[in-house]
Amino acid sequence: MVKTEIKLKGLTLKNPVMTASGTFGYGEEYADFVDLSELGGIIVKGTTLHHREGNPYPRMAETPMGMLNCVGLQNKGVDYFIETIYPRIRHYDTNVIVNVSGSNIDDYVAAAAKIDALDDVPAIELNVSCPNVKQGGMAFGVTCSGIEQVTKAVREVYHKHLMVKLSPNVTNIAEIALAAEAAGADSVSLINTLLGMAIDAETRKPVLSMVTGGLSGACVKPVALRMVWQVSKAVKIPVIGLGGISSATDAIEFLLAGASAIQIGTANFIDPAISGKVAKGIVEYCEKHGVEDVNELVGGLIL
Amino acid sequence: MKSRYLRLYVYMKAIIDFIIVEKQSFQRAALLKLKSATQLPEIAGGQFANVRVDGCDKAYLRRPISIHDVDYHNNTIDLLIQEKHEGTKKLCALPVGAKLNVVLPLGNGFTMPEKDDNILLVGGGIGIAPLLYFAKTIRKDARPCVSTGVHFLLGGRTQDDLMLLDRFRNEGDVFITTNDGSMGEKGFVTEHSLWNTKKINKIYACGPMPMMKAVAKVAREKGIWCEVSLENQMACGIGACLCCVENTKEGNLCVCKEGPVFNIERLLW
Repeated sequence: MVKTEIKLKGLTLKNPVMTASGTFGYGEEYADFVDLSELGGIIVKGTTLHHREGNPYPRMAETPMGMLNCVGLQNKGVDYFIETIYPRIRHYDTNVIVNVSGSNIDDYVAAAAKIDALDDVPAIELNVSCPNVKQGGMAFGVTCSGIEQVTKAVREVYHKHLMVKLSPNVTNIAEIALAAEAAGADSVSLINTLLGMAIDAETRKPVLSMVTGGLSGACVKPVALRMVWQVSKAVKIPVIGLGGISSATDAIEFLLAGASAIQIGTANFIDPAISGKVAKGIVEYCEKHGVEDVNELVGGLIL
Repeated sequence: MKSRYLRLYVYMKAIIDFIIVEKQSFQRAALLKLKSATQLPEIAGGQFANVRVDGCDKAYLRRPISIHDVDYHNNTIDLLIQEKHEGTKKLCALPVGAKLNVVLPLGNGFTMPEKDDNILLVGGGIGIAPLLYFAKTIRKDARPCVSTGVHFLLGGRTQDDLMLLDRFRNEGDVFITTNDGSMGEKGFVTEHSLWNTKKINKIYACGPMPMMKAVAKVAREKGIWCEVSLENQMACGIGACLCCVENTKEGNLCVCKEGPVFNIERLLW
């Protein structure tokens, strides 16, 4: 029997597989395809203090082995989440983690404080890396001082596991991760989407309504893997790896690169059952390779 | 027929590996009959299937395709697919015997008419596809079928766009327009003479955006109840990614989950 439990500060995952924010709705959308109790956690859609309509259509452009999106954090606000969605999903037999976003520090703090009061949410993922909102989001995540400020402020009001999601759109992601760690993050998750663009040569117009958008999917995996490796060498807190993971083998690669757990994102769109398959596939890999505890794989890269 | 009544109903969404058992090719489209080894879930007219395109590096995401017909007895569905870009071209080129991974049924179908309704099903181009199965569900519905029958108004640029007309004629009266006059009345669907002669109180439309907007305009002018089926570009097909939104009176709504069928009163056009 392979041990799959991952213990993070104040957050125990039954296995290292979580689903990435914005790709798994509130879990309900996937309940017909995946036994949610077989997952380490689900990270629900980005939640902001106030209702956000998001960006205009078109919000998506398909790319080779990936996609660009500029959804722009469409959500009904944290109060709606607490009143309407939380009661429906709080008793899932998995960790329900809320991704919290904002356009200024006060908004982040106010939303995080409200989530802090929810008994059945053991962690938040602080989204300082959304590339699709004009104000804030990524602005905080691309400088050490920005990430330090927002992490510190949220840390003061949030008492459970604080995961900070990092942007890959920086020169040195390890420095940013160190700044988050110094400001009190319990873990860092990476990568958010890579800023990209698509143009229609026939019309000479951008494909996306916001001109640029975030790239995700299998195509970003090598970049994500490299960043996870760099960050895991730099920080002492656990690293959660994501970016293009589409199979158990991909997940294993992230663990070997130094991730303590992983998230599955865009692959959920291609195979809505993939998260459960990856969780099972990790166990199969361990059995095949005589690994008794998944934690043995973390940082197990042989150089 | 007996097995139809003994069938256990399954209302979940499913991921099914189908096998293509029959194929009919048209000029820029193909009709695929897909067979499932397992029982099909219940499918409503107007719902869609999200089809994975294997072996095509330009089609990373699934392709949402209207469900054209369903046979619960044989566990088959028919998909009528138009070649648009690389992904749908690849699907149309698949041979009989090929496997196709499909998520279904997705979205909300058309609203069932009432017994006394005079209904018109308006299809343009490949938008004719879901209307056939919807018409069949109207006839097979446990409630009394629509007393005045089903009328189809189908439009194409030329007669080549109008495929499988015999299938539609089996389900109701078929009226046709083509832009070039090669079949039926010349012009757009909204210009057909039946608008002046037939009593209609419910319209169901699926087709290109300009056609549906034109139909919606006619419906508004005449005060007729009208549902349209949208096809905004999707990524997930199940309401998770929020990419396919339509800006409605209720704000941005996912076409895949809240639609694809919308009453025009909910829309801003």
